[in-house]
Amino acid sequence: MNTAKEQLVVIGNGMAGINTLEQILKLTDRFEITVFGSEPYPNYNRIMLSYVLEGSKSLEDIVLNDWSWYKENGITLHTGTTVTHIDTAGKTVLTDTGLTRSYDKLLIATGSNSLMLPIPGSEREGVVGFRDIADCDQMLDAAKQYKKAAVIGGGLLGLEAAKGLVGLGMDVTVVHLMDDLMERQLDSQASAMLKTELERRGIKFAMGKSTAEMQGDHRVRKLVFTDGEEIEAEFVVMAVGIRPNKQIGEVSGIETNRGILVDDFMRTSAPDVYSVGECAEHRGMCYGLVAPLFEQGSVLAKHICGIETEGYNGSITSTKLKISGVDVFSAGEFIEGPRHTVIAAKDEWKRTYKKILLDQGKIVGAVLFGDVTESASLQKYVREAAEMTDEIYGDLMGTGGHCGGKSKTAAVEKMADDEIVCGCKGVTKKTIVDAITEKGLTTVDEIKACTGATGSCGGCKPVVEQILSFVLGDGFQKTVKTGICGCTPMSRQEIVASIKEKGLRTTKEVMHVLDWHNPEGCSKCRPAVNYYLGVIYPGVHKDEKESRFVNERMNANIQKDGTYTVVPRMYGGVTTPEDLKKIADVSVKYNVKAVKVTGGQRLDLIGVQKEDLPKVWEELDMPSGYAYAKSLRTVKTCVGSQYCRFGTQDSMAVGAMLERKFERLDFPAKFKIAVNGCPRNCAESCTKDIGIVGNDGGWEIFVGGNGGIKARLADSLCKVKTDEELTDTVAAVMQYYRETGNYLERTSEWVERIGLEDIYAKTVADAENRRKLVDSIEHALTFVEDPWKQVLNDKKLRSELFETAKPAVPQA
Amino acid sequence: MTQSFNAAPIALDSIDGFPSRIGRVFLLDETEIAVFRTSDDEFYAVENRNPHPKGGPLAESIVSGHYIYDPLYDWKIDLKTGLVQEPDSGQVNTFRVEVQSDQVAVFK
Repeated sequence: MNTAKEQLVVIGNGMAGINTLEQILKLTDRFEITVFGSEPYPNYNRIMLSYVLEGSKSLEDIVLNDWSWYKENGITLHTGTTVTHIDTAGKTVLTDTGLTRSYDKLLIATGSNSLMLPIPGSEREGVVGFRDIADCDQMLDAAKQYKKAAVIGGGLLGLEAAKGLVGLGMDVTVVHLMDDLMERQLDSQASAMLKTELERRGIKFAMGKSTAEMQGDHRVRKLVFTDGEEIEAEFVVMAVGIRPNKQIGEVSGIETNRGILVDDFMRTSAPDVYSVGECAEHRGMCYGLVAPLFEQGSVLAKHICGIETEGYNGSITSTKLKISGVDVFSAGEFIEGPRHTVIAAKDEWKRTYKKILLDQGKIVGAVLFGDVTESASLQKYVREAAEMTDEIYGDLMGTGGHCGGKSKTAAVEKMADDEIVCGCKGVTKKTIVDAITEKGLTTVDEIKACTGATGSCGGCKPVVEQILSFVLGDGFQKTVKTGICGCTPMSRQEIVASIKEKGLRTTKEVMHVLDWHNPEGCSKCRPAVNYYLGVIYPGVHKDEKESRFVNERMNANIQKDGTYTVVPRMYGGVTTPEDLKKIADVSVKYNVKAVKVTGGQRLDLIGVQKEDLPKVWEELDMPSGYAYAKSLRTVKTCVGSQYCRFGTQDSMAVGAMLERKFERLDFPAKFKIAVNGCPRNCAESCTKDIGIVGNDGGWEIFVGGNGGIKARLADSLCKVKTDEELTDTVAAVMQYYRETGNYLERTSEWVERIGLEDIYAKTVADAENRRKLVDSIEHALTFVEDPWKQVLNDKKLRSELFETAKPAVPQA
Repeated sequence: MTQSFNAAPIALDSIDGFPSRIGRVFLLDETEIAVFRTSDDEFYAVENRNPHPKGGPLAESIVSGHYIYDPLYDWKIDLKTGLVQEPDSGQVNTFRVEVQSDQVAVFK
């Protein structure tokens, strides 16, 4: 041992102690370092335990400093060893294994313990805290043997534990004393939304309940509440809070209160003894989150190495819930009082909520639910108590037009170089900026691989994204954060990219490989993924009937009584007396309840029995009108130049031609076209996905119109001269929409999302790209087949889908 | 609300007659039942009557695990218990299903 070096001893081999050591090692090599830890592991990321429980990470994944790190830095590590006494006068520590070690400087970073309530019966088997790997192991074990679990405590930790146990297949009830979940981090509104969301994910709640007793035999079997109600529970996780682990201070004559008392330089009452992290109490505060302990470690490292530094002033904490897909964030003061000005927005449809509190015009706190993209900016504004301005308001509340990104990167620009961005890994803004500029990184994933930032809890991802966009300028494309449904955090773009990259072939494979929370998806994502697969692999993807909505599975529209409607094709809205006769005959024969002229210029036979559908199709002997599908519905036409005195173009013929050409193809949503022979626009082009208006010298093409739930007038895309140009442009727009539209997104939303300029560039201006799109759609069109004929030709399908069977043979 | 366990099993069809994750309808006396085969080849039977106040069928649901999403109102229903999942509520009658030598039989 090199006795020339000063001896630094660290009690506690957790995140606070080791983080501080890492910072010290960056500044000096003058210490001989010894670390004592009670747990038999190297330093791991405690806040990621919920991911281990969830199964999305392994124990190895969450190790922050592996054994070789200690070795490389010349640190002597004693795991499974607890320090039992500090002789502050003689400057030595004593361990439970009988070791003594003298120190020049001593750091106490013993963290905290789960607070175990002294509930009668809690000594029974099956009652654990949720704090370390051992607890986590017990939970994993319990899930294999038992079904019913209870989590006492509806705070951050309790909810993460509950979600983990549900994921392991347990039936979990969260018991919470208060009426609001996470009441220390959220207001009632956000709390209620969180509860609903978690209930959707299978967690049950017993709110406002206090546990009086845990009953059972050797093992806990049920919880009895003070109001006399009880629930079954063979496994109980106590997650009511943490208690600073100050014992070593107490027994060694160091001043303690709730925790070990420290000053602004993390000094305790004993000379050369310091404390950081959850065990320390600074200005009356004990922190239970990772960011403050890092800030404390930073101050201490500088101080202990003799580098001048400002003292630690306390931290403004912010919280994020680490449950995949449930985004909750809060910072600063979040419960409004009389002195606060409140800015709030709640969207029950998108299930998002945003609240910002101002105190004399300064931002002092915020709560976000559902969409936490603004969390980085807010965290910063709260920390700085920034003055609310029109610009910040527009930025945060989304009313600032489309230049919102500007001021967000401005916030990043103002950030100091040595400011910590990733609290888990201690990565500064400068480290990230350097990595981007020196190594030419362009994605958050690359930054993660290179610096470690975002690799742990992921809470800093928005800031890292903003730094990336600030450094790269326009070269950075922000990924859309919200998933296509509750089953996945991935966007359409990410899903489509992964399908192509990994060569995924079925919805099942997609959901399995891409880690869907819900292995077989839901009614939202299954049809969507089936659609994306169909567009990516035309002719190869085997359409999954079981992933289709009822209407697309049955090729007819279901009505509330379980009967269906049948709409045969009537190309361009033109029919013949022979066809009309046939429709009349079939309607009479199958006792159709009503025959209606639709808005799309055709006839709808309403009230056909399910088992009659194939017969009706057979006898009509007409192609399916696809009135039930996310596909080309109808092409509405006016009379046009064949008969109309104003007509300049043959709208009926062109309409029928387009309908025949593009029918049967799948689209993200239903697709309507209108063709008009003159600008009088009798077939109402302005409310169609594609509207075509004839004029003397050719056609004008409109896109993105909608007359439905949210009316939108179509935008003029371009003018073309010939019918061929018209067909090509229509084909290119359709294919571009098929490739880039989100499932169920109508063109009215699509045009707004990706912009008319982009559509113009891809389908009109760039002739080569237009040709590619036309070729792709032509290729896809070679595989379409009339679905009614398909059913009529497949006896098994016909009987499985449409027939009501009688039992084979009744058995005795 | 599971029906009596005492009755004799009624054979419906062989296993191969049930496509994965697509419901089939059977008429037993006066009652229509919808039979589902899940992706792990479990069989469940429920009355083919939507628990929504407006009614309608269930057989055309989207099947995910042992849950279905009903075809008319997108309610999520647990095939094991017949319980409608929150935020909606209600319950559909379930019937015990057994597979006996490749025959799917229901107890009614």
